Amino acid sequence: MSAPSFPGVRATGCPFDPPPAIQELQAREPLTRVELWDGSTPWLATRHADQKALLADRRVSADVTHPGYPLPTEGRRVSLSFILMDDPGHARLRRMVTAPFTIKRVEAMRPSVQKIVDSLIDELLAGPKPVDLVQAFALPLPSLVICDLLGVPYADHEFFQDNSNILINRDRSMAEKGEASGRLMGYLDKLIGAKLDNPGDDLLSRLTERIAGGELTRAEAAQMGVLMLIAGHETTANMIALGTLALLEHPDQLALLRDADDPALVSSAVEELLRYLNITHNGRRRVATEDIEIAGQMIRAGEGIILANDVANRDPDVFADPDRLDLTRNPRNHVAFGFGVHQCLGQPLARLELQVVYSTLYRRIPTLRRAAGLEEISFKHDGSVYGVYELPVTW
Amino acid sequence: MKISVDQEKCCGAGTCVLLAPSVFDQRDEDGIVLLLDERPAEDLHATIREAASVCPGVAISVSENA
Repeated sequence: MSAPSFPGVRATGCPFDPPPAIQELQAREPLTRVELWDGSTPWLATRHADQKALLADRRVSADVTHPGYPLPTEGRRVSLSFILMDDPGHARLRRMVTAPFTIKRVEAMRPSVQKIVDSLIDELLAGPKPVDLVQAFALPLPSLVICDLLGVPYADHEFFQDNSNILINRDRSMAEKGEASGRLMGYLDKLIGAKLDNPGDDLLSRLTERIAGGELTRAEAAQMGVLMLIAGHETTANMIALGTLALLEHPDQLALLRDADDPALVSSAVEELLRYLNITHNGRRRVATEDIEIAGQMIRAGEGIILANDVANRDPDVFADPDRLDLTRNPRNHVAFGFGVHQCLGQPLARLELQVVYSTLYRRIPTLRRAAGLEEISFKHDGSVYGVYELPVTW
Repeated sequence: MKISVDQEKCCGAGTCVLLAPSVFDQRDEDGIVLLLDERPAEDLHATIREAASVCPGVAISVSENA
């Protein structure tokens, strides 16, 4: 029997569920070979426990320059900073940018995030309807927040959003992605040059101090800037728009969230929507550097491994009735942010933004509803981050 | 129960601080874990076990009988 192809295709009418052909593997063959776009056949792990074990295993590498690393699309084996590197190089760079993402620093941002959310909703309510929630709300919020944190002028948002859209679309050619990446690197480099002369109170300025001190090269700083700019708005924006659509399709859950004035429920709702939607739907990717015996199989050194975190988040051994959206379950052990030392650096900020949005938007616009049929909505099947391209809403 | 943390393994994701802020904290400069209380009270034990289990860097060790 030939290996199933990965990524799979979602079922028509089930935009929130993982592809059935991949989800079925979890019970039948939880660690099995799949076939990728280039004909390679890495391992696919679908169980929650196996994924956690593999992602925490020092014999499992995130080094994209390793020839066995399973590439999601055609592309050069070049790392976008620390996410596709191993320790100690990974830790060296990551630790330079962790400070603004600590729990305390992020919590201190809550009032300013609330203020941005409130004013975006004021603008929504004063503007025309129907309106596209993605452009009018879901994208501006995380973009404004990450721009302020990094020290990137929000006025340039069209430029960097257009280019990051090219980079994260798996159907764009290698040449197009190379050009978009070059434009973003050039932009960040120029910004870093300006901050070397005139530092401000932002993360890029903190990096320029390290450049001046000889700890970091200007190219490394620009790469980290590109990485955080993309990661800082694409993921949260998709969670806001897709999360809203999922709630509109589950009116009892939406009512629960809207009517309860309870931070514990809001926090649980964020974890549940992260688990249920798991927008990083192409899996975490790794390569074995030594032989690893797991789940009754032997992964050989040099073989690629894909961890389907969307399917792990539907593992019935961990989450009861896993395909049901239940905002009260508080599934804090989900793997939507990944696991292992590469787990999402920005997760406290993502949680904060989603908590503020989910606790404010539906209360301020209680009659919010779709202004298009579900079948008319275009989903990001081709994106490295899943979501909706547009979400027309009215009230 | 006795807790120990490995700062080399820590990746600063903050999951432990979120769960048990009276037991774990983060260094201001790089978010790396700081242990505030290596022998937490019994009512925190279940939360501490959860913090160890969700720690992405597997940097928290718990000795139940120590």
